[in-house]
Amino acid sequence: MGEVIVVTSGKGGVGKTTTSANIGTGLAAAGHSVVLVDTDIGLRNLDVLMGLENRIVYDLVDVTSGNCLIKQALIKDKRFFNLFLLSASQTKDKTAVNPEQMKVLAAELKAEFDYVIIDCPAGIEQGFRNAIAGADWAIVVCTPEVSSIRDADRIISLLEAAELRNPKLIINRLRPAMIKSGNMMDTTDILDILDVELIGAVPENESIIISTNHGEPAVMDNNSKAGEAYRNITRRIQGEEVPLLNIDESHGMMYRLKRLVGLGLH
Amino acid sequence: MLEFIARMLGKESASSKMVAKERLQLVLIHDRASMSPDMLNSLREDLIKVISKYIDIDEAALEFDLCQDEKDVALVANIPVIKMKRDYAAKG
Ligand SMILES: Nc1ncnc2c1ncn2[C@@H]1O[C@H](COP(=O)(O)OP(=O)(O)O)[C@@H](O)[C@H]1O
Ligand SMILES: [Mg+2]
Repeated sequence: MGEVIVVTSGKGGVGKTTTSANIGTGLAAAGHSVVLVDTDIGLRNLDVLMGLENRIVYDLVDVTSGNCLIKQALIKDKRFFNLFLLSASQTKDKTAVNPEQMKVLAAELKAEFDYVIIDCPAGIEQGFRNAIAGADWAIVVCTPEVSSIRDADRIISLLEAAELRNPKLIINRLRPAMIKSGNMMDTTDILDILDVELIGAVPENESIIISTNHGEPAVMDNNSKAGEAYRNITRRIQGEEVPLLNIDESHGMMYRLKRLVGLGLH
Repeated sequence: MLEFIARMLGKESASSKMVAKERLQLVLIHDRASMSPDMLNSLREDLIKVISKYIDIDEAALEFDLCQDEKDVALVANIPVIKMKRDYAAKG
């Protein structure tokens, strides 16, 4: 029996889909059987992040409405035989799926897979309720910005109300230089405010954009700092204790030395 | 150490993150103070139940709400008393 993890945030554009693609791929690379479920009906994107957009025949609504069998709608990943995508519908009505159907689906999937990763749409309406319906636990993604953290706080209390306690937080798009200059909240600042456990901190990284261009998650790129952060998150999901990535390495001793010299001139 | 010197020289003073953090803390006090009508109602009912063990209260005139100002949130209740239950201790 596997576990169902929902990736959610409240706010859009903070990295839910990026996170789903990366941890799903990371878990598959570690040898687990994984299915990614895109529940963002009408705005699906997990297919393009995985590079599978040309292979979709049946989708989530086809499955929940009984148009096809689950296994007919599961698209096999390009790289890993043990990784599958169940895509959201692009054209159907958002209300075509309800939380009860999602519970049934999640139960069936976790009987077959080690990990079921559910990519949640933005918002707190039906799409959110669908996405969390069958989840065992939740990952909340936020960025170091006021609006995103505020929405994460709201999501955390909604999750709690739905009996999904102790969600784990991923802080995404951290920018070391801005943190250094005091213009961006760091992980400590954010954890002061949100009373949750951190499961990862991901730097803002152009490798995310490049990997999205190719349809290959950055977690497979050994030279990517964001990929490394996602590899660490993948290990933590599997129960390993991994120290937090020092996203500040690019600004090590040399940076600080230069800064000091710079200061000396003033 | 170097960071400390930098801070001493005032390099970090133009920090917008502290502004963000403070604003966030305030906005969350207000956000978190909101309670669903359902929850507020069941709190109200439970309170009446507990207080009624000790005091006869005028349930119909009872006022009860979350109030907030700039920094704090308070649960404010105005509960008109009809009569104290003087023999409570005797009854056990
Ligand atoms: N760590 C990162 N570094 C750079 N760009 C990122 C990072 N995380 C996400 N992005 C970009 O942000 C945008 C939104 O990400 P996405 O995962 O689609 O968010 P969501 O699913 O929450 O709406 C995408 O264009 C993505 O490439
Ligand atoms: Mg998304």
